Amino acid sequence: MILTPEQQAILDGKKGETMAKVMKTLVMYGDAFEAEKLVPITSKYNHLVTSFGLKVMSPVYDLMQKLLDDGVFSGQQFSVDPRPLDKNVPANFLQSLVFQKFMYTKQDFYEKQLKELGLLSDDAFTCTCYMDEVGNKPQKGEVLSWAESSAVVYANSVLGARCNRNSGIIDIMGSIVGYVPYFGLLTDEGRKATWIVRVQTTKKPEAQLLGSAIGMKVMEDVPYITGLDKWLGTELNDATCAYLKDFGAATASNGAVGLYHIENLTPEAVESGNALLCENPKEYIIDDAELERVKNNYPVIWKNPDAKPKLCFVGCPHLSLEQLKEWTDKIESGLKESGKKKVTLPTVFTAAPKVLEAFNKTDYAPRLKATGVITSYICPLMYMNNPLCKTMPVITSSNKLRTYTSAKYYTDAEILSIVTKGGQK
Amino acid sequence: MKQFQGRVVTPGTVTAEAVVTTQGFNTLASFQMALQFGDKEVKCGDQNNEELHGKSLLAKALCLPQTIGSTTGGLVLYCACAMEKNPACMLFGGHIDSLAAAGAVLADVWVDGVTMPVVDSLGDEFLNYVKDGMTITVKENGIVEVEE
Repeated sequence: MILTPEQQAILDGKKGETMAKVMKTLVMYGDAFEAEKLVPITSKYNHLVTSFGLKVMSPVYDLMQKLLDDGVFSGQQFSVDPRPLDKNVPANFLQSLVFQKFMYTKQDFYEKQLKELGLLSDDAFTCTCYMDEVGNKPQKGEVLSWAESSAVVYANSVLGARCNRNSGIIDIMGSIVGYVPYFGLLTDEGRKATWIVRVQTTKKPEAQLLGSAIGMKVMEDVPYITGLDKWLGTELNDATCAYLKDFGAATASNGAVGLYHIENLTPEAVESGNALLCENPKEYIIDDAELERVKNNYPVIWKNPDAKPKLCFVGCPHLSLEQLKEWTDKIESGLKESGKKKVTLPTVFTAAPKVLEAFNKTDYAPRLKATGVITSYICPLMYMNNPLCKTMPVITSSNKLRTYTSAKYYTDAEILSIVTKGGQK
Repeated sequence: MKQFQGRVVTPGTVTAEAVVTTQGFNTLASFQMALQFGDKEVKCGDQNNEELHGKSLLAKALCLPQTIGSTTGGLVLYCACAMEKNPACMLFGGHIDSLAAAGAVLADVWVDGVTMPVVDSLGDEFLNYVKDGMTITVKENGIVEVEE
């Protein structure tokens, strides 16, 4: 890698030993991808993936503390993934004990570190930092040092920003030196599609299921998707962006997709069309049967696969304001049809604190509350990230949550039916 | 014994028993439970990976095509190394991905006293050949020897 004199001086220790190690980390990271140079980060804000004060992550907090103690931190403020705990979310005595006394004992300490490192605001905890209400929304072409797989794939695909699938810690180290290695999704070549995915379903495919199928097939490659504009249209409106948020999160968690193009819809596909395709791309055809096959192959690791669900999570990644409103209407209608007044099991909708703040100012908020649905800012994954949840039948319409936990996946329509009518389907 | 030539991502030499996955290795899903709840064997917790689920990863030669999933992947690997709960080495059939590279580099630069050699680009033939239980030796120059 060729470094500028300024970058080389940092690597040589001109700004201290710790700063030199940060630079060495980025140079080695870039060398692994034959990056020829470091390029400046141009986004206003950064976004970090590590939000949780798990006791077991002590090596991370030790490293962060070393950066703070040595005065090595970024001038760039950042948002960060959701908090792991919220007293509004149902937890039994044992769970509460495990959360408070065993798992997240470092939460307060870590949040203090985040503030010192440049946390954007006290409520900048969400995986959907790009929502208008949150305000960390990069522009097309901006270079980022973000982590959080669902945010990175959204920033690249829907907003047209440029970011690799950086890991936690690498995210903040890039921000500290102000540069990231130039490779992969930062380059024009790396943004070309090596797969053409032809959507040939007879109805609008479930976002989280379609994303899962594509993620598992293409892994970390870039797919160019045709046939989806038939169902989504050609305008990036609120509903479409929410669909792409959920779709992208599934591609990134079920596979390792960092960028997708959708013909006639996402910005680079609109600009360049199928010129984004590499020569001889691999092909994947998705029809109704393929989506059914993918769904039926998900393992169910509940002790009793037919157990009655005890908790439902919707909102991984966090819901948008429009999604919260849409769910409110759907829950009310579902309950009216079934003659019930409240949802049939504890149901938690998660969204960014700022989105919830905006939602609570609308007349939808008391209506949703009246149905018994709980709203929260937590990360459902962090809630379920313990052995106690393995024996707890949790259902979700998030394919990301399904991937990392014992939660069982249902489509949005199935979730609606379960929580408003009872039964499993 | 068969030899494969790869590219050194982070250096080191080691001999260990192979555990093999031919599908993407989800770092967070594989390590999270074991690291959090003190599983001494560091058994793979990824329910979606039938080849590895329930198998010990500790001090094993982890043979894989690439890592997938959450971007906490690199820091999870870093923590595994700092806690000495890491595989003995990671051997990639193809080019390393950004999350695994981050984990390997973070461990190499910031963790004292722990070495986890990482070699990539060993080729499809490597992953087709290597099986669980085989003995793997990683040399400093990226040569990987596999013995049945």
